[in-house]
Amino acid sequence: MGNSRRRLQELTFNVGLTALSLLLALVIGAVLFLIAGANPIKAYGVMFTAPLEDIFGITEIFVRAAPLLLVALGISISFRSGILNIGGEGQILVGAIFGLCIALYAPPMHWSIMMPLIFAASFAGGALWGGIAGWMKAYLNVNEILSTVMLNYVAIQIYSYLIRGPMMDKQEIVYGTGASQTARIAREYWLAKLIPGARMHSGMIIAVVLAVIVFFFLWKTIYGYRMRAVGAEIRASRYAGVNTRWYLLLAMLLAGGFAGLAGAVEVLGVHHRGLESISAGYGFSGIVVALFGGLHPLGAIPASIIFGLLIVGADMMQRAVHVPAYIILAIQGLIILAIVSSNVFITKKGMRAKMVKFLGKATGRK
Amino acid sequence: MLGEIIIGIISAAVPLSITFVLVGLGEMFNQRAGVYNLGAEGIMMVGAFIGFYVEYTMQSGPGSSTLGMLAAIGVGAFMGGIMALVCVTFKAEQGIAGIALYMLGWGVAGMLFRVYIGGTTTIVGLQAVNVPLLADIPVLGPIFFSQNAMVYVTLFLVPLAWYMLNKTVWGLKAKAVGTAPMAADTMGVKVDRTRIQCVVLAGAMAGLAGAYLSICQTHMYADNITAGRGFIAVALVYFGKWKPSGVLFGALLFSLAHSFQRSIQVYGIDFPYEVAVVFPYLLVIVVLAFSGRSNIMAPAALGKPYYRELRD
Amino acid sequence: MFCNGQMQIEHIELKNITKRFPGVLACDNINLALKQGEILALLGENGAGKTTLMNILYGLYQPDEGEVIVNGRQTAIDSPQKAGALGIGMVHQHFMLVPNLTVRENVALCMFNDRTFHCDIAYVTETINRICTDHRIKIDPDAYIYELSVGEQQRVELIKALSLGANLLILDEPTAVLTPQETDKLILLLQEMAASGCSIIFISHKLNEVKAVSHHVAVLRGGKLVYNGSTDDHTTNELASLMAGRDINLPVAKEKEPSDKIILDIQNVTAIGDRGTQALNGLSLALRKGEIMGIAGVSGNGQSELAEVINGIRKVQSGRILFDGEDITNRTPQQIIDRRMGYIPADRLHEGTVAGFSVKENMILKDYARPPLAQATFLKDRAICRYANDLVAKFAIKTPSIDTTCASLSGGNIQKVIVAREMNRRPKVLVAVYPTRGLDMGAAEFVHSELLAARDKDETVLLISEELEELINLSDRIAVIYEGKILKIIPAKQAQKSALGLLMAGVQSHG
Repeated sequence: MGNSRRRLQELTFNVGLTALSLLLALVIGAVLFLIAGANPIKAYGVMFTAPLEDIFGITEIFVRAAPLLLVALGISISFRSGILNIGGEGQILVGAIFGLCIALYAPPMHWSIMMPLIFAASFAGGALWGGIAGWMKAYLNVNEILSTVMLNYVAIQIYSYLIRGPMMDKQEIVYGTGASQTARIAREYWLAKLIPGARMHSGMIIAVVLAVIVFFFLWKTIYGYRMRAVGAEIRASRYAGVNTRWYLLLAMLLAGGFAGLAGAVEVLGVHHRGLESISAGYGFSGIVVALFGGLHPLGAIPASIIFGLLIVGADMMQRAVHVPAYIILAIQGLIILAIVSSNVFITKKGMRAKMVKFLGKATGRK
Repeated sequence: MLGEIIIGIISAAVPLSITFVLVGLGEMFNQRAGVYNLGAEGIMMVGAFIGFYVEYTMQSGPGSSTLGMLAAIGVGAFMGGIMALVCVTFKAEQGIAGIALYMLGWGVAGMLFRVYIGGTTTIVGLQAVNVPLLADIPVLGPIFFSQNAMVYVTLFLVPLAWYMLNKTVWGLKAKAVGTAPMAADTMGVKVDRTRIQCVVLAGAMAGLAGAYLSICQTHMYADNITAGRGFIAVALVYFGKWKPSGVLFGALLFSLAHSFQRSIQVYGIDFPYEVAVVFPYLLVIVVLAFSGRSNIMAPAALGKPYYRELRD
Repeated sequence: MFCNGQMQIEHIELKNITKRFPGVLACDNINLALKQGEILALLGENGAGKTTLMNILYGLYQPDEGEVIVNGRQTAIDSPQKAGALGIGMVHQHFMLVPNLTVRENVALCMFNDRTFHCDIAYVTETINRICTDHRIKIDPDAYIYELSVGEQQRVELIKALSLGANLLILDEPTAVLTPQETDKLILLLQEMAASGCSIIFISHKLNEVKAVSHHVAVLRGGKLVYNGSTDDHTTNELASLMAGRDINLPVAKEKEPSDKIILDIQNVTAIGDRGTQALNGLSLALRKGEIMGIAGVSGNGQSELAEVINGIRKVQSGRILFDGEDITNRTPQQIIDRRMGYIPADRLHEGTVAGFSVKENMILKDYARPPLAQATFLKDRAICRYANDLVAKFAIKTPSIDTTCASLSGGNIQKVIVAREMNRRPKVLVAVYPTRGLDMGAAEFVHSELLAARDKDETVLLISEELEELINLSDRIAVIYEGKILKIIPAKQAQKSALGLLMAGVQSHG
């Protein structure tokens, strides 16, 4: 049918546009490499190919992709519900704290009981932190971007206070080394390693399963329907009888919860304890992943792998051409700027027509 | 003793407030024109680094502080230009674009610092000067007359901003494009051009605010030197109801709280450091909670891009 | 006496003007001319291309083909400023004023939009005063626009246009927001201005006004010019059929025995409006089963708030609302929907539908959680598709497919989606707010016959409208709302437009 063909064309256009945005951002990023005194071609070469050269690099991509995907799922839910959640960092940290409390202080149990408990606690912690911003948005009309950013700073302070103070590893005090970290979690609660010798753990599998569940939730259940309606047109959903405040709050509870799960995955899968900067910027990178995936849970899966590659590549690049991995933060910013700039060509038919016309001329086809 | 402490708190609060006033006034202009720029934080970081770097390479020679601040203004205006291009020309979602600009600024400043400086280094910067005679006045002297030069410049900018906003054609245009862009367009006001001017101006102010932090306030550069001040300033603009006097008042009030929290530490009152540090952020959240409802004053087209001929 | 100005437009001509929007041919090869001192009425249904054509003349839009000829010379009008310099002024349907600036500042912005800092504010004041004395307009130049009434704002619009030296004035549906009395005043003012040398283009679809004010009339239909000539050559009825392209007979309600049963009883309700003002002020109204109750009033007198409190979207401060004997005061919208209240809101794009959702998703907006469309918490895709396809067929909605987004449909079809959804729920009471605003005659006819069909099924309709004709044709009774209160209820058969007009202005005759 002509309809499905038009849909395919639309999809091709959108994917092509997103790829173009990525390319543009990388070109501008090249200028940053030049400023830092490095050869951008060499730097990008290392960034995109080095992680793929051996099994260690490839598995490491998935280590990064798991928390990215989890955060991105939460971001997708909240953005689809009309809330710009910037609080991923804080939600990850609070999720980690809650999970650590169970993992370290609950009486020993069989792992099949303990691990769900830890995940549930982390989810609750993240949900609490996101929920504060959601509640303020829904009931006090507080700009969620500002509140989530502020909550990030608060969470960072609370987290570092806890791992330096009450939750600090007793051994660090005994030995006088004083590293700010918690004790190690018992080995039976760790996420299973998938490949011997590599850090890759089962977190990515959990994340992908959750992505599919989120997809069904958003598009196949009445709750998802309501949340998307609230995000697309809040007045119309109020008119249709949706309790818009509750769904705004629910969106942030879920968004925070997923970020909290990312915290649990980092604790149980990678570090096995709480230590400084455990969130590692995933709260922000998750936004990039979600946007890159078209705010679609399934689109976020490949997007998280691409950005996992980018982050692992950036670390290798730092060692190879001596440009601080900080640059990847700037490039991610550029990618978002390019994506949101190109959005106008998708949402506004007039601009889109102009663009198609221009592209047609440029490529010499109809 | 108590009097001294209070005067100490107030006189410390005044210079602390300057960053907020500078970035807040700029943010007030672009919000009045209908654009909210959450990238101010990122612009400040880059401004802080550039300002610091210029003075550092000139080894704090004569005029280096001024030059540093001018450079920060320039780079701030450039980044404001990026924001304007994305949000005004390409009509992108302003919230997301602002966060992206924040990431860009953060990344660039962090990278440059590591490449070109590396460790903790201090500069002379702009030091506080005692205004002869006036500085000796009890109470008022330490508060108003023994500050660095930028404090006076900034305090002069507040009435200037008021004048610009309310008494010039440009100010009328800014208010018009932020409240009723369609009407402004039919009146012959160039909507996008006016918005771009405001966003670029605000970028320059944010750049300067960053340089104030590194050159005048801390005399050094460190990672995450802005610590959320750009975001706080955006909240202060809401709190100040989009008025220069409101921004000034909010900045002073907030800095008082900040300075009070510091003096608690200084005077050795037993109090966990982290709790004290968290206090300002909690204050912003509380302020937002109370000013969120009364958003009737907000420019009606805030956050909405303007299309003339395109129909959705 | 002439309107002051830098240039006199003695003759203006639009030649072969064509303008396309994505998917729409808004203006199709239009030719039109106007001489100094003439009043031209531009007549046409909504969507006929009147506003687009005038926006081209005013430089807001650029024509895809064709040219504008001013005083015999081809002229490109590429911006409103250019139009202003030529002496063309426009008063838009939705006022183009900045609410948080004063009258003086608004005019100053128009006159000195090329300046950056300083402008001669004394000269602005002088100009306003001169125009006000010339045309006997009363206005306080220091008042903020948001403080002014609609009529006063329109006068500011005229001052704005005249301050730029306009001698060709375009007025886009200037009477849409005015009471009949205010309309008469405006017509007098326009005639006087024309006599003093201004040319005026008057856009309207109200035929009586057109007959009263204009020398010439041009009729647009579907983007084409279908008639261009003297106003006196045709009767109102002939103009109406020219406009519609066929003989339109909008359906009229048949006489019907009123029922005794009160289905919706609004008792002494007060509510606060969006701006914090008292929007409803002790309003009482009782609807009988099976009647159409019309609400007449100048917009902004509490109509939309009334609809919102009935549907639970706005809080009731005091008083109560009984629906089929049950108290529904301050119940949630969902609870009221569940009791079978129907609602066609005024804003069909942002409230009646979720613009970004597909037709299918909009069709189920109120029933998505009920079987057979959903089972437990899961949406049943196949049932939903069947349901949506049924409705699309039954209500003859023109859409490429049920997966098309609602935003890309025409206004009439979006309204059909809403009407289909609401009617299919068999509401006990249907609240319809401005249900035909912005629709063409065909779609309006559809909506009217659906409302009458509901009445025949003994359903009750609360019809809020600005069109007196519509109210008189459809309603059993008409209630006039003024400042948040029902001023008077009259049986529609006895209602006269002039009497309604006076009531709408708050004038209550005694006796």
